[in-house]
Amino acid sequence: MKDPILTREYLKRRSFIELSARDRAKCLFDSGTGRELAGPFDRIESPWLAMQDVTPEADDGCIVMRGTIGGQQAVVIAFAGAFQGGAIGEVSGAKLTAALDLACADNEKGIRTSAVLLLETGGVRLQEANLGLAAVAEIISSIIALRRHAPVISLTAGTVGCFGGMSLAAGVSSYVVMTRQGRLGLNGPEVIEEESGVEEFDASDRSLIWSIFGGQQRYDQGLVDALVDDDADQIVKTVRDLIAQGVPPVHRSEQVDLYRSRITALDNSRQWNPEELHSWKNQNKKENQ
Amino acid sequence: MNKFTGIRGRIWFKALTGQASSMPGDPHSVLTADAPIGEDKARFLCVVPDPDGRFPCARRGEVGLEEAYTLAARVREAIHADKESTKRPIIAIVDVKSQAYGRREETAGIHLAAAAAADAYASARFAGHPVIALIFGQAISGGFLTHGYQANRLLAFDDDGVLIHAMHKEAAARITRRTVAQLDKLAETVTPLSYNVRDYAKLGLLYKLLHVSDPEDPNAEDVSLVRHEVIAAIQDARKTSPDLINRIESEAARVARKASRLVRARLAEQWNH
Repeated sequence: MKDPILTREYLKRRSFIELSARDRAKCLFDSGTGRELAGPFDRIESPWLAMQDVTPEADDGCIVMRGTIGGQQAVVIAFAGAFQGGAIGEVSGAKLTAALDLACADNEKGIRTSAVLLLETGGVRLQEANLGLAAVAEIISSIIALRRHAPVISLTAGTVGCFGGMSLAAGVSSYVVMTRQGRLGLNGPEVIEEESGVEEFDASDRSLIWSIFGGQQRYDQGLVDALVDDDADQIVKTVRDLIAQGVPPVHRSEQVDLYRSRITALDNSRQWNPEELHSWKNQNKKENQ
Repeated sequence: MNKFTGIRGRIWFKALTGQASSMPGDPHSVLTADAPIGEDKARFLCVVPDPDGRFPCARRGEVGLEEAYTLAARVREAIHADKESTKRPIIAIVDVKSQAYGRREETAGIHLAAAAAADAYASARFAGHPVIALIFGQAISGGFLTHGYQANRLLAFDDDGVLIHAMHKEAAARITRRTVAQLDKLAETVTPLSYNVRDYAKLGLLYKLLHVSDPEDPNAEDVSLVRHEVIAAIQDARKTSPDLINRIESEAARVARKASRLVRARLAEQWNH
């Protein structure tokens, strides 16, 4: 692959990362079809934040939009990393679950509707702790219900990344899309350092962080289906293609024996160089042939 | 921190199944058994500490890579075996400290392992298996999402040793820039912050709180009570839809999760208009 930084096309590109969550969602739809639901003027705020002297937002940092993508019905749910680090609260979590459930009901009526999740989130919002965690469990369940009918695509463009319980939401999705500026993992570096010590993970080591969580690595180890540039047009095309592709014959999180055998084969006596796991992707290719 | 971490799981697994062993080839940290309960033969699963486990960050009752994939494999095995027959109940006995916090875990993609286990439990539920979670000790964060939180019915002991939360208290206080005392004070009014299982019950997510004389040393009466309640939960789960809608339709949820219900109503109204 050519280094995209050096090409004229890259300089002319429209950045996706620099867009707000609302504009990210909007740009994925066929021109003019994206319509926001339960938007800021509905003013459904978190009932729990003000009680803790934290200023709520009128959309709770979650944007739900409906429209068509490539001529097909779709719903996009975008988390605003700028509000509470995109963390899942009662309202933002309920928005995602409800949107997935409505899409699922439409599919059951014969209206094929896909979902795209723009995941920029640190996971559960600790100010709403147990209701955030409960919301994540419901989100996972609703993704699994919907993906039987139509693809659920998770996209983590950056720069917040997708961590905590929401990494499971990405994990059960039909397709995962990332940029090199995105990160994906269950426990962030700081949490690991705090729980298991700096010898286990030095959270100040940026290159270590990117070598493990970064979109390039997740793609190279076969845990991501498409690696895209920070280019809105390319991202739109990728999402459209994946929706057209439909539900995969088997989802990644259903391939238990494959991934379990890979874990069994790893040498547990030492830390691994992330590059060692690139062989997973090559094996994926072979199995698909 | 609960000094009994990981002990209750094994005790209750043994009390309900008459054994406490792993299936051949499985890590010793995952107990699996098929045992009778009521008219059914159910599959019981539990994650327990294994000080000799392969991965150093998953030896104290955390759910790590091996635990998550083993749970996923054993649940999927039951789904597959019951494809053409009565769907056996799947009972998750929950006493998990957390997910495993390690570099190996993240490098190998523990998020996918956890997703695979949650997927298996949810898929079992959608296939018609009654999935019951018995929260008898800790049920923290990613550990709980991986093992138990996809159940149709959640039952917990009404006991101080039960801890259901997104994060252990000290860490949660630190990250939200509060003292533990401030967090405790806030939790008196902000119910989802509370570490008390009775407050958790107010959120409407639980099917039932169970009262036993001693969660760490159950007598015959305690075991019989739990069996009775599990059978009732299985019957109840079989009667209703396989999704998690009961968690938002319950009487307590109508009060505590008003905002969630408002979101659902508003989105449904605006979906086609």
